[in-house]
Amino acid sequence: MIEFQNVCIRAGDFRLQDISFEISSGQYAVLMGRTGRGKTTILESLCGLRSIQSGKIIIRGMDVTSWPPADREIGYVPQDLALFPTFSVCEHLEFALRLRGFHRNQIDRRVNELAEMLGITHLLKRQIEGLSGGESQRVALGRALSFRPSVLLLDEPLSALDSETREEIQNLLRTLTDNTGVTTLHITHNADEASALADRRFHITDGQVVEETGKTAEDS
Amino acid sequence: MTDPNARQQLETKTKLKRTRSDLPFFLVMSGISSCFVLLIVLLLAADLMFTSLEDFRAAVMKPEIQSAFRLTILSCTIAALLSIWVATPLGYLLSRYRFPGRLLIDTIVDIPIVLPPLVLGLSLLILFHLPVGNWELEAWLRDDVRFPVTYRWPAVILAQFSVSCAFAVRTMRVTFDQINPRAEDVARTLGCTRGQAFLQIALPQSWRGMIAATTIAWARALGEFGPILVFAGATRMRTEVLSTTVFLELSIGQLNAAVAVSLLMVVMAVIVLVVLRFLGTGLTS
Repeated sequence: MIEFQNVCIRAGDFRLQDISFEISSGQYAVLMGRTGRGKTTILESLCGLRSIQSGKIIIRGMDVTSWPPADREIGYVPQDLALFPTFSVCEHLEFALRLRGFHRNQIDRRVNELAEMLGITHLLKRQIEGLSGGESQRVALGRALSFRPSVLLLDEPLSALDSETREEIQNLLRTLTDNTGVTTLHITHNADEASALADRRFHITDGQVVEETGKTAEDS
Repeated sequence: MTDPNARQQLETKTKLKRTRSDLPFFLVMSGISSCFVLLIVLLLAADLMFTSLEDFRAAVMKPEIQSAFRLTILSCTIAALLSIWVATPLGYLLSRYRFPGRLLIDTIVDIPIVLPPLVLGLSLLILFHLPVGNWELEAWLRDDVRFPVTYRWPAVILAQFSVSCAFAVRTMRVTFDQINPRAEDVARTLGCTRGQAFLQIALPQSWRGMIAATTIAWARALGEFGPILVFAGATRMRTEVLSTTVFLELSIGQLNAAVAVSLLMVVMAVIVLVVLRFLGTGLTS
């Protein structure tokens, strides 16, 4: 489903060399590593926001290396969520659907379905200003999943949340990914979070992505 | 256990010490700051004391000053609108992208801010009258397009625009610097092109900055004098704006009228600045 083939990425003085890994369809993969090692850079390259120097990025069996972000059909939740300040919660959920020219009825149906799944139906009319951390996280997740992407990228989605909300969102993530079958790549520093969610765990060390074996969610 | 008296003494001592240490700071800071504020207040007070309400009324009833007022409003508004039209895309490009020649463009945009106004007017005049072989821009505009510019009202707008646009670009650039670019990135992953991300995500967030940039451009255009004098001239009822009115009234010895027009411009500038502060964009406060 997601495949990095000998990818080299340069970002200023920083360089990731010859990165290769693959994640199968429907798997929940977690990428760990210390700050400044290039985890976000890998996510940005995967969704087309950062160009790579060499190698190939394969998604759903297609070489998307030179595709613009809009064509890759990837749901992306950045670390700071980057919600749209002038949009309401409802507008966040329908944005990608409007861009794809869906009919009003289809949009309404999908928005209601998403809102119910995320537990934010009561927030639909609200502007994003004043939402709590957990509520904002749910809106960002809904926005990313609204157009039913086959790949979901999460950049430290739980790092800014209190422990109670963190557990809530963690359960929500597992339920959402199980129900939708979306292939997920999740970045985190937190080993407990990785153990609770991951089907597969990768670690980034010295510019290389290495799979950790024997510590999957099933094992723990 | 702590003795309550000793504790009270200590608190009093600390309070006194803090008062003593803060007072000189505020005195020095406010003393220096008030020098400038006082200068501006004294300038305005002197103008007000110099003229009377009758002089002011007589001056603003003059047909040539009324004509200058109308042209000022019109030219400043057009110059400000043109400025924001150019400053929005340029400010966005300078804020968001690192491209070859960016530093050069950034510097070129600032030239009208640092250039002496007369030089800018002279440069505009030369540009429109420089012969390129047998061709000349002004001659082409006058004869073929039938839209002469030099020493006519369009020259007033162009002279005002040349300076005010530079200020609008600076404001718009700061505006876009303050808007999180990641929201546009996310929009692109959701299906937007760069253009759609700009129009649907960045632009709606920049409305306060756009109003601030338009207001600053309008205020700059109001105060423009040098380039207008050189490039558009100061012909009464034709290319006369309020800044040139002050000059013309002074040159014919009508000091009262000059001061009255100056006060009118002060009122206009104050209205613009109040609007700017009211918007509270954080760019100017």
